[in-house]
Amino acid sequence: MTEVCIIGIGIHKFGRTPERTGMQQGAFAVRQALSDCGLEWKDMQFAFGGSAAAGSADALVNELGLTGVQFVNVANGCATGGSALLSAYTAIKSGEFDVGVAVGFDKHPRGAFNPDPKASGLETWYGDTGLMLTTQFFGMKIQKYLHDHGISQEALGLVAQKAFRNGAKNPNAWRRDEIDLDTIMNSDMLAHPLTKFMFCSPSEGGAALILASEQTARRYTNRPVFLRAATLRTRHYGSFEVFSPYQALKRAPAPTEFASQAAYEMAGVGPEDIDVIQIQDTESGAEIMHMAENGFCKDGDQEKLLRERATDIDGPMPMNTDGGCIANGEPIGASGLRQVYEVVLQLRGEAGERQVQNNPKTGYTHVYGAPGLSACTVLQN
Amino acid sequence: MVKTQVPVQEGLFTWPSDDPRLIGRLEKSTGRIYFPAIHNYVSDEDSEEVLLSKRGTLWTFTIQGFLPKNPPYKGPETLETFKPYGVGYVELPGEIIVETRLTEGDPDKLKIGMEMEMVIVPFAEDEDGNEIVTFAFKPVEDAA
Repeated sequence: MTEVCIIGIGIHKFGRTPERTGMQQGAFAVRQALSDCGLEWKDMQFAFGGSAAAGSADALVNELGLTGVQFVNVANGCATGGSALLSAYTAIKSGEFDVGVAVGFDKHPRGAFNPDPKASGLETWYGDTGLMLTTQFFGMKIQKYLHDHGISQEALGLVAQKAFRNGAKNPNAWRRDEIDLDTIMNSDMLAHPLTKFMFCSPSEGGAALILASEQTARRYTNRPVFLRAATLRTRHYGSFEVFSPYQALKRAPAPTEFASQAAYEMAGVGPEDIDVIQIQDTESGAEIMHMAENGFCKDGDQEKLLRERATDIDGPMPMNTDGGCIANGEPIGASGLRQVYEVVLQLRGEAGERQVQNNPKTGYTHVYGAPGLSACTVLQN
Repeated sequence: MVKTQVPVQEGLFTWPSDDPRLIGRLEKSTGRIYFPAIHNYVSDEDSEEVLLSKRGTLWTFTIQGFLPKNPPYKGPETLETFKPYGVGYVELPGEIIVETRLTEGDPDKLKIGMEMEMVIVPFAEDEDGNEIVTFAFKPVEDAA
């Protein structure tokens, strides 16, 4: 079977871009990705795309050209980008296609998401009484985790501080100013123990990747990045997920643990082999829990690692080197592909001021979405 | 005049009642309990309604620190009158862990593992002037 390569990458700046629709930001990212590998839209044999709030992704053909391309819309919550990539990976791996695109974009209004209970299969009382907030779930999940594993609230602040430090070095990030720990800890308490600056905000942006079989890739680039694994897993009974009026008494491993294990097995590597890491950090607590769920440390070791700055760009496990969701915001359709964009950039050695040193060879990405699914990739140059 | 109290959702808890209880659904073949019972999780043939314990322990919590957007939130507060409220999961021994509003909104007065009990609390008013009530858990005051 062919190897699957990423040969072109494109991104539209994250944050707020009032002059462009979400769709236009997606088109911008696709054009940049095509130009990155010297291909044209008409060369694309397939497209998988997703957007939660900025229109049907397949309407991108109006912007990019009516070539008749097979375009499939993907929707999987915060894991939409990861799902688009997985679909593109499978399309090429199967031998059916040689080259195509995975794209994600979004544009959300300000403030916390306000989902409809019915869309999640719940009755209206759940939203009426003030339980339908993702922020509460994040607060409750990390509250329990900090309690069970003896981690301080300040560790949450350290994650956010690092995110802003990295974002300041990323011209495509939304938040480009460093924020000191005191300011983070003393900002508005949105969902105890999480403060305002520990959360990512819904935002805007677009990201696109051109994927090709190895044979096709060699025609267009001498530095393909290999997608060694792309996996997605959903929750099991007993997993603690958002918008759950009740939970089982016994906990099951999180979907991330299954997706992550499968990715390592598929790629034939372990967490110790990863040189650059992007994991879902919808808020600081998520990064802390996902460090362990993805196998990068044991439960409870996170605070020590954060205090040693192990996850900084120049540390032994560089994590969310582009500032992650906290500094980039969360355009739901685009985030998963932003992570892969960043890893490809790092593996090519083109990350500029935030470049991980010593020629990183292997990268890892992880997204996690409602109502309990996770998608991971392993990339190598 | 005493206002009529109406539940935010029929079938969520027994009401009216001197001893209101949350209503869950027991799946007979697996022994699993689901909540709320009104939700169609499992077949009618393989399940029956069960009344859940009133007492449990606080499994985790947060404080809702900002006024939620309407929709979907139907609380009567405005930006000026809003006070942070507690939300948590309470473990009902041998049953399930249920998500709930908490009567306590001060994080310093909440501790994971503390004893909690279910109460019915007023929540909003409907257009006919009835008081809408929902369930919440409050710390057990006489707990050792």
